[in-house]
Amino acid sequence: MQKNINQGNKDTRSGFGEALFELGKSSENVVALCADLTGSLKMDKFAGAFPDRFFQTGIAEANMMGIAAGLAIGGKIPFTGTFANFSTGRVYDQIRQSVAYSNKNVKICASHAGITLGEDGATHQIMEDIGLMKMLPNMVVINPCDFNQTRAATIASANHCGPVYLRFGRPKVPNFTPPDQKFEIGKAIVLKEGRDVSIFATGHLVWKALEAGEILFQKGIDAEIINLPTIKPLDGDSIMASILKTRCAVTAEEHQIFGGLGESISGLLARNFPTPLEMVGMYDLFGQSGTPAELLEKFGMGTNDIVSAVELVTARKHH
Amino acid sequence: MLLFFTFRIKINFYNFVTLIYLEMNYIKKHTIDELADLAISIRKDVVRALKVAGSGHLGGSLGLADVFTVLYFNRMRHNPDNPAWPDRDRLILSIGHVAPVFYTALAHAGYFPIDELQTLRKLGSRLQGHPGRDHHLPGIELSAGSLGQGLSVAVGMALAAKMDNADWKVYTIHGDGELQEGSIWEAAMSAAHHKLDSLIALVDSNKVQIDGRVSDVMEIEPLAEKWRSFGWAVFECDGNSIGGLVETYQKAEKISGKPSVIIAHTLMGKGVKSIEGDYRWHGRAPNAKESEDFIREIEG
Ligand SMILES: [Mg+2]
Repeated sequence: MQKNINQGNKDTRSGFGEALFELGKSSENVVALCADLTGSLKMDKFAGAFPDRFFQTGIAEANMMGIAAGLAIGGKIPFTGTFANFSTGRVYDQIRQSVAYSNKNVKICASHAGITLGEDGATHQIMEDIGLMKMLPNMVVINPCDFNQTRAATIASANHCGPVYLRFGRPKVPNFTPPDQKFEIGKAIVLKEGRDVSIFATGHLVWKALEAGEILFQKGIDAEIINLPTIKPLDGDSIMASILKTRCAVTAEEHQIFGGLGESISGLLARNFPTPLEMVGMYDLFGQSGTPAELLEKFGMGTNDIVSAVELVTARKHH
Repeated sequence: MLLFFTFRIKINFYNFVTLIYLEMNYIKKHTIDELADLAISIRKDVVRALKVAGSGHLGGSLGLADVFTVLYFNRMRHNPDNPAWPDRDRLILSIGHVAPVFYTALAHAGYFPIDELQTLRKLGSRLQGHPGRDHHLPGIELSAGSLGQGLSVAVGMALAAKMDNADWKVYTIHGDGELQEGSIWEAAMSAAHHKLDSLIALVDSNKVQIDGRVSDVMEIEPLAEKWRSFGWAVFECDGNSIGGLVETYQKAEKISGKPSVIIAHTLMGKGVKSIEGDYRWHGRAPNAKESEDFIREIEG
């Protein structure tokens, strides 16, 4: 199969829903909880097939997190489902104490993350969730880039013993990673090799990074494009290997620049090998209504923003 | 339950005397008199541990000594030698600040040496200021301290037991002030929705919280009516009466089709007459002199 070819647009949340259903078939211990958003989270297939293992909690997210921790004490592997803002900020204390500090095997599955939630506006467009979750000890943070990767990451989460935050989105986006991929938590994936600049991208912006790579190639810049679906633990070895080759970096994510992937990578580089770096992300603002494409452009997270960031950073490169 | 009828020999080394006794269901069900003696020992060890720690929550710990004694030495099915026993009854302490009495009850039950109570709140101790799962103290199901979370977790546990057709029970302990947290009522709603009759909550109704009387801070009455309207079986008893607690737990354990709550009327600081009912002892530890006096008062 050719690399990085769009196999047709699909939403990442459907990748989650499909994998959850498969997990339901393969493991008796997998249970799911949802706070009144079963359709939005694509959990209806699981709920229909395994009604005894699906718990509708109503609009009570704090209770859902606690129940999930309790199900884990009872030997189950609970997957909670709601929007990303209700999965994190609203229930942060419950997650911190009953899930993370108690080290419970709970999978927090969060849809509609980021600005591409679109028209519903800033109340629902959480751009801080990666930061909130990555600060918690014991917590793994995963932000897959397409349908296939979300599906694989969901299955990998079930096989990992401990709390996981799995973040995905609402819109249909290019599905370009292999359908049969094995997902390894904590491993970066080199999508395109290059020698002039390293672009580290996560989530929906991975496809934008690939688009930017093509434009840059026309401009004579050979970018290395690396997908980081796991933000924590961070794959420092892969990042350093690329940086030692390219000597400059751009990070791209649908998240605040504070607390996201870019911050993690800049910290790693500052501590080990100070390197010019530019961040593509949300610059300390709340979002607004609009289509996903319009919003990515407006807030500086489009393909051209990645191209500009690369041009800036390559000019700053130490020679 | 097969194990229930299994006899097993336990060898106890204590004061250089080896006692061999037969034990049923790991922990023997103590008589009311034995429980009363145990509650006195537990209260004294709570005072000693807090004196050495120099900080911590004395009032609530003393007030709940009888409840913990009844649970760990009469009601709960558990095995201190195998804290992960899948068929164990579970206790979720939702008010982590009464950790001193929790730890003391666990130590007396045999989960860890009683001497270890002297490490309470010290650097590197397994006895954290509030119970922390990360520190691997046997017998703790959940980290707790931030209020209002334990009942939700208990609901999840009871659901898991129901899915497995298991007969273990989930006991929880809450503060009366804690019921001001909205998440408690989310959990209460869901426990009744799922008809979780293996769940037995207890409210430590001592009528006080950090800032004063519960009724002054934020009224929670009519409490029994609130729980009843949420679909729970409601019991009330003197939470400092061993016999009353045993009897009330027996009744609650027989309820089917709904969860039970015991509103246990307790006295903060119970056992130490000079501080009984005084909310200023919610978050205080005794100094050396006070601790001597308190232990003498407990011994009566
Ligand atoms: Mg109170």
